[in-house]
Parts: sequence; structure tokens; C-alpha cells
Amino acid sequence: MTIAVRFDAVSRHFGAVRAVDAVDLEIEEGEFFAMLGPSGSGKTTCLRLIAGFEQPTAGHIEIFGETAEGVPPYRRNVNTVFQDYALFPHLSVLDNVGYGLMVSGVDKAARHRAAEEALALVKLPGYGARRPAQLSGGQRQRVALVRALVNKPKVLLLDEPLGALDLKLREQMQEELKALQKSLDITFVFVTHDQGEALSMADRVAVFNDGKIVQAGTPAEIYGKPASRFVADFVGSSNVLPPQLVAKIAGESRWGSLKPESVSISAADGGLGLRAKVIAAHYVGSSTKVVTEHEGLRIAAAIQAGRTVPAVGSDVTLIFAKSDVHLMEAGS
Amino acid sequence: MRSDRSGAPFSLKLAAAAGLLFLHLPLALIFLYAFTTEDKSYVFPPPGLTLKWFAAAWKRPDVWAALILSVKVASVATLISMVMGTLIAAAVSRTKFFGRETISLLVILPIALPGIITGIALRSAFNLMDIPFSVWTIILGHATFCIVVVYNNAVARFRRTSGSLIEASMDLGADGWQTFRYVVLPNIATALLAGGMLAFALSFDEVIVTTFTAGQQQTLPIWMLEELVRPRERPVTNVVAMVVVLVTLVPILLAFRLTKDTDQIAGQSK
Amino acid sequence: MSMSAAIIRERPASLMGQVSDYLWRNPKVFLFLLLTPPLLWLGIIYVGSLFALLLQSFYSIDEFSGLINHELTLKTYGELLRPENLDIIVRTVTMSLAVTLGAAIIAFPIAYYAARYARGGWKALFYLAVMLPLWSSYLVKVYAWKLILAKEGILTWLFAKLHLTFLLDAVLSLPIVGGNSLSLSYIGMFLVFVYVWVPFMILPLQASLERVPVNLIEASADLGANAGQTFRNVIFPLALPGLIAGSIFTFSLTLGDYIIPGIVGSSRLFIGQAVSAHQGTAGNIPLAAAFTVVPMVIMGLYLMFAKRMGAFDAL
Repeated sequence: MTIAVRFDAVSRHFGAVRAVDAVDLEIEEGEFFAMLGPSGSGKTTCLRLIAGFEQPTAGHIEIFGETAEGVPPYRRNVNTVFQDYALFPHLSVLDNVGYGLMVSGVDKAARHRAAEEALALVKLPGYGARRPAQLSGGQRQRVALVRALVNKPKVLLLDEPLGALDLKLREQMQEELKALQKSLDITFVFVTHDQGEALSMADRVAVFNDGKIVQAGTPAEIYGKPASRFVADFVGSSNVLPPQLVAKIAGESRWGSLKPESVSISAADGGLGLRAKVIAAHYVGSSTKVVTEHEGLRIAAAIQAGRTVPAVGSDVTLIFAKSDVHLMEAGS
Repeated sequence: MRSDRSGAPFSLKLAAAAGLLFLHLPLALIFLYAFTTEDKSYVFPPPGLTLKWFAAAWKRPDVWAALILSVKVASVATLISMVMGTLIAAAVSRTKFFGRETISLLVILPIALPGIITGIALRSAFNLMDIPFSVWTIILGHATFCIVVVYNNAVARFRRTSGSLIEASMDLGADGWQTFRYVVLPNIATALLAGGMLAFALSFDEVIVTTFTAGQQQTLPIWMLEELVRPRERPVTNVVAMVVVLVTLVPILLAFRLTKDTDQIAGQSK
Repeated sequence: MSMSAAIIRERPASLMGQVSDYLWRNPKVFLFLLLTPPLLWLGIIYVGSLFALLLQSFYSIDEFSGLINHELTLKTYGELLRPENLDIIVRTVTMSLAVTLGAAIIAFPIAYYAARYARGGWKALFYLAVMLPLWSSYLVKVYAWKLILAKEGILTWLFAKLHLTFLLDAVLSLPIVGGNSLSLSYIGMFLVFVYVWVPFMILPLQASLERVPVNLIEASADLGANAGQTFRNVIFPLALPGLIAGSIFTFSLTLGDYIIPGIVGSSRLFIGQAVSAHQGTAGNIPLAAAFTVVPMVIMGLYLMFAKRMGAFDAL
């Protein structure tokens, strides 16, 4: 597999602040790669390092095997879709899309043709004459997308691309982006703080915290086998079990993560399982999340639609297999 | 702040109207006097109306010389201050570096201090550097206080221009120079132009600093000053005055039109 | 290595391209280039000469030879305290105060109406109506008043038509402020000054009045205050910063002006004229410099006061 982007112990310091702290990263060609994390975790800075808007303070960056540090963004065959779309307000949509071609010397007829094709690709045919100010948010986002894609970049970077869209539009765009990426076979790297988005779109996810990557893997790995409490907390709705409890269940004094879907609720008492009191039940459509409390610890269970939901305040038994508890770091 | 109640009290309307009349009547009077037949005094009402003074003014070589010099000086000073003002504005709004406040103060100083102080300061500076007083010293003097007009407009516009536009341009393959040409310049063009128009008007009208930085040259305001102190042909002066009002009207109106839809209307910063 | 076009494009061949690359890599150099020419001019040459001027005020002039004595002394400042010089200063400051007051009185209704009652197209009209006189030629404005104030001019004619000539004569015969004709009296000078600076007062005042939230006025009415009380207790105090900001202009512009006193008004000197006279043929640069320091100090103090009153936010 060809490596599209490689980071070798890359750091980016701003004075005393370590925005990116000795990060190693490998993104494969043709991947849909997500960089996930809370604000300030360094994911956006990493994206900007790939684009060329930031230069590393230390370390080595390679794009398709070629050294990237020291190379300005306009000489990299990498394009970005910005969070605020950054469409040029003084140019028409057509001129916006054709901008990259214009600055590299492509003649007018060819650029316009390519721009029209690109607009058709995202279902905005004939919008060329309009100005960005006349478009809706979703339309602007698509223009920003093709403005980047029309230059046939090897890597496409997306900075929180769906943040400004409403839920319905967001889900729609998620599908479209995924389909687009598969058909174009370009490496997509996108940054988001929405773990649902990362898990649903990406082939692989890197979770960032405090300038470092704390876990990188497929969405299933990140969700089902979080490497640390932070990942378990941030990604998905896993229950985090303290070392004392895990010691009782699995024999090791480590933090454990337990997915709510693995927990079933029984009204019966006695036998294996944890006694807990139901404090709340949240209806989420396809399932109901039941929050219970066991010796001061909150544990959530997901009950499928159709099954009976225990009443709030009732005592229940939580049943799950020992193997469902994924072990993380050692307890203190 | 708006008062949604019924209209303003009558006394307020009267006072406001009177105030505005006070502001505009004197200028209107100038226009009237340009047509008077009386040539020895400022008698009112004018005994008769005529157009002959326009022809007389047209024939006066000193009027033409002064006018041409004023236009020349204003044009060059405007150009210089547009470049300088934009450079400073770009530096100040793009990066946070220490001394930003000091620079803003520095830029505004030539226009904030009384003209006579700026005039004397520049005069002694020119003396010290052994530069003979000529058209170029006038231009330099004007450029010094015109910078702030362009600067204010440029800074306001730079602040409104999103930084990601520049990054987007570079991302798409345009180097620094291309980015400036295709993205930055079009976005600040109207603000620059408005600033330039105001700078032109400012320079065209300036007299105090000019008297200190000129040699034997006469700009139009200096010519007018002479006429005020030692009148030669009063009606010709009236005609010239009217022309001056009209000439400076145009850039001001243009600057207003260029920026009226933005939140920073040009000219507010005088 | 991929088969298609290289990821990293070649270094550009053109000079512009190379320069562009270099500047991108070294943003500080870029900044330096941007700032050096203008800052060199303003910071060193202009500010330098200002300091040189200030320095001059600490020198003195030798009464006999007329040469400047380059020794630091306060003698020149002492000269300022001579009765004829003090006269000049007092005269100028008094006129500045009067002009500020007059301008405020005329500006207030205009600014008030424009801020509170003007809407849409009227607002733009008001704006232009203030902008145009503001930017009109200073000399033309002064000249216009010379026409108006002339003995045979429109004002005298108006008074005659209204059979109020006796009033005009009474005003002119007032001690100190009166004179032979309007154009040779302090009153005339006062009128011209007010006329020229009023637009400078209107703008910050209007801005300040616009910022008074409507709900404050409504609250005041709600609590039982009538229009006059609301004005005195709510609107005026909130408009004060704007008023003071405007007064900075009128005060400082009058303090330093030397053209208007020379054209309209008595032949007594104002600070600006004194400066001009001394630095000219008299060659008494130290005294001229000392005179320029006076308005600077006064304005410095006034600005500190204004800042305390919040006027800078209204600018």
C-alpha cells in the first residue's frame, strides 16, 4: 500500500504551547481518514501541516514520498475545503471553481468547461453565473468542494466540513462525500470533533488529545476497543468502569469500557450481574438508553425498541459477559 | 437609537433645519457672488448678474498655474499615500506585533497636530537635510498627512476580509504575488479608492502645511490666501472659489458612493 | 512515487516566483519590507523634527546678535509669561472655549435629529449634508464669510431690511468683542470659527447619541420622567462623551489656527500667528517653539480629561 501522508515525530510548537507533540502518522493512498478530537487537540494543526499553512518545528513530513516541510502550499498538489468555505466573494461561482486552473495557466475555455463539469458533479449545474453570497450554506459547501477537486489533488483535506449544516443535510452530505471519494479514488483527510461523523464516514480514525494521537484504527476498533479512558469517554457512549469494579469482574485492576449495547436488564434478583437502580430512560428512536446507578457509578444500558423499559426508580440487575468488558489502562 | 414615537418636536426640527442652513448658505452665497457684476466690493444684493468673470478667470495665467500645480501635487501625494497607507494597514492588520498601537498613533499624528506644528517640523527637517523647497517638498508634506486617510479606510477593509481567503488562494496554487493580484486587491479596491479620493480632496485643499513646505510655488489654496489678504480681482476669486467647491465635491461624493454600503463610510475619520 | 504529476511542484523559474517563495518562508522579512519605507519617513523624519522643535524651545535667543544660543534654559518659557505673550495665550484659549460652546449649541439639534429621528434615505441625506461642508475647502469657507461679514455684505443688508441696524450697531459697539465692522471684530472671528468647525462637532456627537439605547429612554418615561427630565438625566449624560470628543476638535483646531485671525477679526495676535511671526523673519525659533508647546500642553491635559470621561470610545 502506498503511503499518501507520513508524519515522522512531527511537532509544532507555538512558544511554550505544544499544539502538535511528536506525532507519528501514516495515511494510506485512497483512504478516507478522519482526525478526531476535542478543540485544541492538535488535529486542525496537523491538517494545516499537511496543507502547508504551518511548518513543523521538528520532525519530517512526506507526501507520497516527497519531502513536504519547507514547501509552500501553492506548490503542493494538495487542496483544502475550508471550514468557512472561503469562497472568493468578488468572483462568480464559475470563476471560483476555476481559480486553481487559472493560476496555473489553463486557458479560459478549458477552465470553464472543467468548472461546469465539476458543478454538475455536485448537482449544481448552471449555477456558474451566481455569486457566493447568493448561495445557501449547503450549496457553498459543494462549490468549495469542487473548487478543490477540479485541480485533481492527490490528497483532499477537509476542515470540519459539515459543521455548519443542519442534521438532515449533514447526513446527506456524509453519504455523498463517501460515494464521491470512492468514485474519485482520492485520499480524503478530514478533521472533525463529531465522533458520530468520524465513525460513520472514515476508513480509519486517529483520535487526538493534547497534541498527540492517543489511538488510531478502524472505527470498530476505536469504538469497541478504546485504548484509554479518554477515547472511551470521547468516542461513543461507552460506560467507563473503575479499576475496583473491573478487578471484581475480570480480575485485573484496570479501567474497563463496556458498551451499553452489551448490557441487558433483568428484573430478577440474585445470581450474576450488578444490582442497580434505574434513574432515567432516554428514548432515542431505535433504542432506549436506560441510565442506572450501581454504588454511585452510572452505567447505561441500551434496550432495543419494542422491549419493555423498566420504570424509573425500580431496582434491576445488569447482565453482561466478562468478555464484553474491554480492558484499558491500569488503575491508580 | 431611534425614537419610535411620533415625529420630532417642532422646535427641534426648526433648530436642526436652521443649523443645516447655517452650514450651507455661505457656500451657496459663493456661487451667487461668482455671477455678480460688481467688481470692487462684496456688496449685497448683487447689482446684476453676468458670466463675464468666468471668461476673465479663464484668461488668468496665475490661476491656471496654481490649479495645475494643485492637481499635480494632489495626484502624486495621493499615489504615495495610497501605497504607504496600504502597506502599513496590511502589516498592522495581518500580524500581531508589538508597537501596533504606536504605529497607529504615529500615522495619525501629522493630521492630529495643528497644521502649523507639522508645517514647522517638516520645514526644519527639510532644512536640516539640505533639500531645497520645491514641488517635491510640497508633495512630501502632503503625503505625510494623507497617509492616515488611506490607512483608516484600508485597515477597516482588511479587518473585514477573512484571512482564510488568502490561505484558500495559496492552497489552490497561487503564490504570494498572484494572491495579492487576484484576491487581496479586488477585495480592498473600493476602500483604497475611497481613501485615495479623500486624500486627493485633503491635499487639494491644504494650505497651512503647504505654506511652510513650498518654495516659490503657488498651489491654488496659496493663491487664494494671497487673494484673501491682498485682493486683485475680487470676482475672479469668487469664480475660483466656486470652482474649488465643485472640484472637491466630486471626489467626496465618489468616496461616499464607493463605501456607502459598507459599515465604514469613508470620510468619517476626518 | 506515484505515476501522475509530482506532488511537489518544481521551484519556480521566474524571479517573481522566487521572491514570492522567499517572502513566504520568511514572514518577518516581509513585514520589515512592508513597514520600513513609511515608518522611516514618519518615525524618524517627522517625529524627529517634532522633537527637534521641542528641543528648540529650551534654547534661547541672544537679544543683541539675534543668534540662537544652544544652551538649555527655561528663559524662553519665561518669555511666555510676559504680559503681551500671556495676553496672546489667554485670548486664544478664551476664543477656543467660546467657539467650542457655540459649535456645541449649533451642532446638538442637528446631531440629535439625525440620530433619533432620521431614517433611511433621510439619514443618508443628513450624512451628506454634514460631509460636504466638512470636506469643502477651508479657505473657501473663510472667504465666504469675508463676503458675508463685509460692511456692504449680506448681513448688514439683512439687518437693514429687518430695520434692526441699531441692533447690529449695538453689538458692534460692545467693548472688546465689538469693532468697526463684523469682519474686524471678535464676534466676526467667532462666527467664522464656529462655522468652520461645527461639522467636526456634529459627527462624534451624532455617533454618541445613536448609541443611546431606546429602551433607556423608554425606561425613564416608564418611571415617570417627562421629556425634559429624561433629556437632562439620561440622554445628555450619555451623549457627553461624544460632546467632549467633538470639543477636542474644536478646541485644538482653534488653538492652533493662524489663518482665520489674520483674515477676519482684530489685529491682535493669536497663538498660531505668534508662532508664524516668530519663526519667520524674526528668526526667534525658540520662542516660536515655546509658543507651539502651549497648545500641545493644553491639548495634552484636555485629552487626559477627555479620556477619563470616555470620549475616546466615541471617536
